[in-house]
Amino acid sequence: MQLTAGLRLFWQHLLFLCQKEMLALIKDPRMRFMLIAPPIIQGLIFGYAANYNLDKVPYALVDESHSSASREFAAHLDGSDSFQRVVTLDSPSQLAQYVDSGDIIMGIVIPRDFAAVLSRGGQAPVQIITDGKNSSIAGIASGYAGRVIAAWNQERSGGRSGISVVSRTWYNPNQLTKWNFLPGLIAMISFVQVILLSGMSIAKEREQGTFDQLLVTPLSPPEILIGKALPPMLVGLFQSTALFLISLLWFQIPFNGSLAALYLTLLIFVLSATGIGLIISSISQNMQQVLVYVLVFLMPMILLSGIATPVDNMPEFLQLLTYMDPMRFAADAVRRIYTEGAGLGEVAWDFVPMLAVAAVTLPVAGWLFRHKVL
Amino acid sequence: MPEAKTELVIEAQGLTKIFTPKKLPQVTALDSISLQVPAGRLTALVGPDGAGKTTLMRLITGLMDRDAGSLRVVGLDVEEHTQAVQDVLSYMPQKFGLYEDLSIQENLNLYADLHGMSEEARQVRFAYLLDLMGLSAFRGRIAGKLSGGMKQKLGLACTLVSAPKLLLLDEPTAGVDPLSRRELWSILRQLVAREQLSVFVSTAYMDEAALCSLVYVLNQGRILAGGTPGELQDIARGRCYRVAPPEGIPTRILQCELLEDAGVTDAVPVGGKVHFILRETQGKAGLLERHRLTAEPAPERLEDAFMILLERDSRKKRQQPGLDAREQDLISAFAAEKKAVPVDIEVRDLVRKFGDFTAVSHTSFQVRQGEVFGLLGPNGAGKTTTFRMLCGLLPATSGELRVAGVNLRRAVTKARANIGYVAQKFSLYEKLTVYENLRFFGGAYGIPVGELENRIQEIMREFHLTERQAQAAESLPGGYKQRLSMAAALIHKPKILFLDEPTSGIDPLARRTFWQQITRLAAGGTTIIITTHFMDEAEYCDRMMIQDHGELLILGQPGDIRRRLQMPEADMNEIFIAIVEKARQQAKEESGT
Amino acid sequence: MKRMQVFFRRLAALTRKEFCQMLREKSSFLMGVVLPLVLIFIIGYGMSLDVEHVPTAVVLEDTSPTARSAAGFAAGSRYFSPVYVHSLPEAEQLMRTHKVKMIVRFPADFTEQLYRGNGQIQLLLNGEEATTAMSGQAYVEAAVMSWAASREAAASGRGQVTAVPRVWFNDTNTSTWFFVPGILMLVLTISSVFLTAMVMAREWERGTFEALFVSPVRIMEIILAKVIPYFTVAMVGMLLCLTAGRLLYDLPMRGSMVLIIGESMLFLVIALGIGLVISALTKNQYLACQVALLVSFLPTVMLSGFLFDLHSQPWGVQLVSRLLPMTYYLALMKSLFLSGNYWPLIVKNTLILLGYALLFIGLAFYLTRKKVE
Repeated sequence: MQLTAGLRLFWQHLLFLCQKEMLALIKDPRMRFMLIAPPIIQGLIFGYAANYNLDKVPYALVDESHSSASREFAAHLDGSDSFQRVVTLDSPSQLAQYVDSGDIIMGIVIPRDFAAVLSRGGQAPVQIITDGKNSSIAGIASGYAGRVIAAWNQERSGGRSGISVVSRTWYNPNQLTKWNFLPGLIAMISFVQVILLSGMSIAKEREQGTFDQLLVTPLSPPEILIGKALPPMLVGLFQSTALFLISLLWFQIPFNGSLAALYLTLLIFVLSATGIGLIISSISQNMQQVLVYVLVFLMPMILLSGIATPVDNMPEFLQLLTYMDPMRFAADAVRRIYTEGAGLGEVAWDFVPMLAVAAVTLPVAGWLFRHKVL
Repeated sequence: MPEAKTELVIEAQGLTKIFTPKKLPQVTALDSISLQVPAGRLTALVGPDGAGKTTLMRLITGLMDRDAGSLRVVGLDVEEHTQAVQDVLSYMPQKFGLYEDLSIQENLNLYADLHGMSEEARQVRFAYLLDLMGLSAFRGRIAGKLSGGMKQKLGLACTLVSAPKLLLLDEPTAGVDPLSRRELWSILRQLVAREQLSVFVSTAYMDEAALCSLVYVLNQGRILAGGTPGELQDIARGRCYRVAPPEGIPTRILQCELLEDAGVTDAVPVGGKVHFILRETQGKAGLLERHRLTAEPAPERLEDAFMILLERDSRKKRQQPGLDAREQDLISAFAAEKKAVPVDIEVRDLVRKFGDFTAVSHTSFQVRQGEVFGLLGPNGAGKTTTFRMLCGLLPATSGELRVAGVNLRRAVTKARANIGYVAQKFSLYEKLTVYENLRFFGGAYGIPVGELENRIQEIMREFHLTERQAQAAESLPGGYKQRLSMAAALIHKPKILFLDEPTSGIDPLARRTFWQQITRLAAGGTTIIITTHFMDEAEYCDRMMIQDHGELLILGQPGDIRRRLQMPEADMNEIFIAIVEKARQQAKEESGT
Repeated sequence: MKRMQVFFRRLAALTRKEFCQMLREKSSFLMGVVLPLVLIFIIGYGMSLDVEHVPTAVVLEDTSPTARSAAGFAAGSRYFSPVYVHSLPEAEQLMRTHKVKMIVRFPADFTEQLYRGNGQIQLLLNGEEATTAMSGQAYVEAAVMSWAASREAAASGRGQVTAVPRVWFNDTNTSTWFFVPGILMLVLTISSVFLTAMVMAREWERGTFEALFVSPVRIMEIILAKVIPYFTVAMVGMLLCLTAGRLLYDLPMRGSMVLIIGESMLFLVIALGIGLVISALTKNQYLACQVALLVSFLPTVMLSGFLFDLHSQPWGVQLVSRLLPMTYYLALMKSLFLSGNYWPLIVKNTLILLGYALLFIGLAFYLTRKKVE
């Protein structure tokens, strides 16, 4: 009897606390803006600007051969979709200024003896010069060039014994980077918002003097803590949903997984993020400190998450460090669920580090709340 | 009015300032006001909350631009020569911007540097000011760690480093205890006498205004009157009376009834009696006749004149958000009810330490049900600590604390269901509406959802908030905020109500209304614990205790305390200062020997 | 003369105060010194777009010497780390569990079809990492083609073209060199925009400006005093990054050091100006921080060319990029670090940056007045 009454009171307290937190968020026009703007702005930026693809390589041609063979070769380059000739130069020494000014990222130098060597049946070297200021672009561009040259060679040899590579890219047939970024962002966006909001929650009440008023009510510390944790989680899930819809409907990235798996992943993820946010909130004296801590924590976590660059490319010790970063696993799981249609069983291992982070941070936040805040 | 010959430091003609906030109707903060402030004197600006005092100060300092009229400060047009004016005047805003992470010395250095003082002049001036303010011993202390009174003094010192031509002070004593207040004013008067300083000061305290040579009364953006305190006081001449309450009836009960009498403009408890103003010179208070009480004429005070001026200006009886209609008046009710009352709060040997520092030392007292109990003391005396322990916001280091029969050390949460708490600063959720705030606190206090709606409607009616229920708390006028805080603290009908300096920063009018509510609540059986800086408010308490340096100095009924000190006619301010000074003297002697 | 003296004395007093406050607030230390070091460490070591040693499943359903020779490319190359399996399902299982990132399959009739002029190699890629997929595909195609061509050439005796790739400015072709100039920009933007916006907004919020305004202080002195300490912090952060870049990553500094530091100071002025403008407009710490995050952090990372090359962006994004001062600073830094003093670019971008500096500082002065409303 007493237990049910206690339970009823617990739920009532939670309900009213969450209701109040949500109202306070929605009522503030600034906060309303911060709830809606980031998913849209970031969705658009990531959707349009996050692009490692290279459509057309702007290049300069240095034809020292002036032969019909070299002209034919150049025509072949221009004929492929991947290259756009910006300028034709007489000597390799002229290349520098175009590379420096950023007008071209590749120079192709056809040597003087090009035609002669070819007709002799020898190997005619063509220099492919790329701008290493952006190494990944340089790599892709020279890859394109290699492909075009190989195709030309084959064509010249009569194409008699043609060989072809039939490529198929799973889950992302056109190899678009935004198909990787946007699902990753679904996880990232809730991370930022959850940490920021839960980090602010206590500091804000303390700064505005409402915290004492809250503490003199019969709400118990766990109730207050849960009440503070739930609304940011809801907001995070809301923003993730917004981004999910943008990816699906605006950018038309096909969703192959199950919604249940997606939301279970997000839920576990925001839980671990809330723990981090509440710890920050408990150790900060004011909102400024919260912001600084959030920024100092958040940036490395985003960088290490593998959203911008693959985790596999990191050195071993940094890869170990990423085990503490729940975002790495959330981004991985969400991407696999979204694009690969992975089931819960396949991403289950991703849950372990996230749950571990939650299992450590939440009790620590509770302890800090009892001992440092009260 | 000042003679035409004296030099004027401020001269305003038809000065008008209009605010046009977004989406809201525009507000005329100052409506064509004219005033003159003479050099070398103390001039006061008094007026209720929102009268336009701060706006006037900001216009004078050039921090805001006027919309119409003329304003000359130290002989210069402010708008044309803003920087020249700012070079020679000093301004202490209401919330003085001390850099809290800098030490006293660093704060002073900054202002001395800005005014370009030489090293020698600086040393002399600093020593003089710090000595005057009693801060010499704390030069290295970080400003953020000073008590409220010390911060105000440091703020004043910062504004005075350069010996300005004109000193502007915006409510310098708000939230400062009586001792520090008295010190601040004696410093000001010394400076005026010694340095021929011109001071223009706004204040909510009438006893402070009475110390000035010229007083302007500002209300709703208009000057109601201006003159020497004597001239203004004459307005109330012949209308003031004092009456003693019947045996066994607290003065606040009589005062509360008098305030509701149609023939009375204002009533306050003073020195164990009730001081009241009759509405017209020949008016009568019907209540007195009913209870066969006789009043004797009393000397008029500046505050009486102020109340009369405000009443004339508003031309209507103050709004009185009373509780439910009652069958019989309070005096009869109180007289009838004479039985043993249970103890609601019991404190035994309470101690609180912060590290080595003892904030509250071995304090014991009891509060009975339905009592109004006052916690008084200078800034930093330990009363806030005591108060926070009573509310369960701070655990005690040792000692026993029982609130509403529950031991606070064991069952804080259970005890909290029985208490209501009104914080010093408005501390409800500003973005939420009146209704939403009440709904949240109702829910948090565990009122069952089914009953909540009725209770909210009921309490909104009680506190006259119904027509404002959809308004966001942050946009409420000061008086409404105060009522909302009370409503939120009372929504669960607590047995005990804790009020932490509820009246600081609100004007005399709103304070009267507030105390009427408290009196009724207490009469209804609610126990009230209150801290306040307004010593005259101690008169409303059934019993009070005064603390200093964590020690309990005195505990008892106001009348008792008067008798014990043999100061029968003294007001609470004098009593407070006498007690605290005596205790400090003793402490000094003890440590000396 | 006297006026200058007074000006400098007041400026010195205010600056001293700002330094004092800054040193007592540990969060500015965190932002100004710790964050840059963490960033340069993580970005420098951890972030890499270079696709190497891609785990590749090679399915040899055709075990003829021809097929083996065709598959030989995988073994010797630094781009692949091959795993040989016998059946496609086995390989697909590896890919599904992310053990490999691509599958190269030689069908059972590969050799037979090849002699009919119809040889097919199947390449399966995981699109979950588009960059890896893209590079992987290019590597495989080029390798297979050149294998086929050399085979043909040997048979037909006709000459063929070989590509001799050379990468300029980035001898080891690592993305670290490409990221470090970006980190510099990130550090300068974050520490200056955030910290100035916050400290100005704090004074507005706490009301400390009110008393300060009513004193002989000129607004110019207040603003300069705010700028100087955070300019210093940002410069310390930048020098730390430069040193780390040099010591940890052997970052070449082919352009003149004077120019690198000078341009960075110019950019710093812009960043501080942006911070001042934000605080003057918001006058509130929380809002100032949010706005600073939105206008400085995101564009810096996403739109300036730090991560994503501007050449392949849609015109809308390019337009936004060209409106950002960060884009010009970054182009300048990359060029100065990796290629040397290229004057046309230096002159053009310096002029653009100067324009932005004037704009933001001017705006800051225009918006910050000794008034409270």
